[in-house]
Amino acid sequence: MRIRRFLSSCILLSAILLLALQTRNVAAASAAVPPAASSDKQDKNARPQPMGDGERAFRQNCSRCHQAPESFPPQISGTIVRHMRVRASLSREDERAILKFLNP
Amino acid sequence: MHVSTDCQGFVVVGIRGRTRMGARCKTRTVCPRVQETPGQNDKGLTIARQSLDTRWPRLPQHGAMSYDFHRLHFRIRRRACTIALIVAVALLGQYAGAQDTPLISGGIGFFSNTNGGNTTYLPVLSPVLAAPIGPHLLVESRATILETFFPKGGGQIGYTSAPFLGIDYLQGDLLVSPHLTVVAGEFLTPFGTYNERLTPIWIGNFEDGPLIFGLGTMNTAMGVGGMLRGSAVSTSKYSIDYAAYFSARSTNQQFNSQRSSGGQASIYFPEAGLEVGASYGRRLQDTQQSFPGFHVWWEPVDSPFKLRSEYAHGAHSQGYWIETDYRLSRFGGPTSTIGRLEPVLRLQQTFRNSPDATDSLPSADTQRADFGLDYHFAHEVRIDTSYSRQFSSTGNRNVWETGIVYRFLFPTWKGK
Repeated sequence: MRIRRFLSSCILLSAILLLALQTRNVAAASAAVPPAASSDKQDKNARPQPMGDGERAFRQNCSRCHQAPESFPPQISGTIVRHMRVRASLSREDERAILKFLNP
Repeated sequence: MHVSTDCQGFVVVGIRGRTRMGARCKTRTVCPRVQETPGQNDKGLTIARQSLDTRWPRLPQHGAMSYDFHRLHFRIRRRACTIALIVAVALLGQYAGAQDTPLISGGIGFFSNTNGGNTTYLPVLSPVLAAPIGPHLLVESRATILETFFPKGGGQIGYTSAPFLGIDYLQGDLLVSPHLTVVAGEFLTPFGTYNERLTPIWIGNFEDGPLIFGLGTMNTAMGVGGMLRGSAVSTSKYSIDYAAYFSARSTNQQFNSQRSSGGQASIYFPEAGLEVGASYGRRLQDTQQSFPGFHVWWEPVDSPFKLRSEYAHGAHSQGYWIETDYRLSRFGGPTSTIGRLEPVLRLQQTFRNSPDATDSLPSADTQRADFGLDYHFAHEVRIDTSYSRQFSSTGNRNVWETGIVYRFLFPTWKGK
């Protein structure tokens, strides 16, 4: 009985995995766009800008564990990035890129 | 976070599995009554461990042990030193650059846990302080402050409470080179992913930690000593991270040293969103033990789906957990009513090879499924709910958990 229940849980997990794989293809078509582009919904001709080093480093390192804060004062951006450098083992280059991304 | 009742109704508490597994335990002591009752020592601390974990003096209702004023004096003095250090660091931070103002962040939450019919309530505050000093040094710390309200037990009606105050880490980080950071002080043990990444109450999807949390983290989940860490390589194709530490943590009781060492390395492929890593820990005190571990994280690019998993192996037990979550942001965007929902599922399994009261895993083979549903409000507020069903030869159990967390982040002062 216990094994059956656990197997049911495993099947549910597999279903979620399949759902994720399906949505991944959909997601690729509607890739996230930079804030500047997403805010300008009227301009249908606006093309998504290519991902910069800062955004790439942010997604690779910070977004893996948590969502970005909704907002924060610019005077602590350096402290946040240095804190993340230690927590997420950022390289110096990634640290600079993320700092530039947060403070363009 | 985890709360459970055992041993004459005494309620034991843990935040993100840390205290449950003895995050601040100096000497591992297991209550005989708990040992005698099969299934009751699967989870939670005991009376003795709670008293050791809690850096507050023992409360009168906790037992018959009398106050040790010398120990109390030592604790107060040490806490005063810690507070003085934090204040000094904050003051030093005034001389930081325009973007380097010290910050205070963290989370404040209120949680409830119903386990075996007993409901426990926990208001929790978990502040984080980060203060840069000059261009190469950072001092950071995280604390956990909570009050546990639990049933009196023993046929008595009503609730009683117990406070908890602990420093999760207090460390200085010296940025030596672009690929090397030297850490000194009290730090989170770098084993697996859960301890360093998911223990903050505003990050983890479940209130309680995985069952295998104690393996590799040496139960305390923190070390006192030094650590080298950094990014060995970071390109657009892959990146490799590493960490290596040595800890000589001393105990409050007899100033014994609990030496341990270990480290981890992981490689991340950003295009696939795949991370694979290995960890190793070795206890160097008393009976030496090795703890190997592996983890796999898969977070597809541009998809809200996440899969996280860990495996850890000890001399007497082993286990794994797999966690998936999928935020429904595809349905109307992340700020829509549906898009704020995040279903979460975690499966865990532990295997007991031989009896061992020190590794904090259940005393018998255990399977557990956690079903969670989180809701992300605006302004950094999140509600967590979960139902867990645990299967074990020592008894099955249901655990219901709910909580609300607010994450805050602000500078210590206005800055330049």
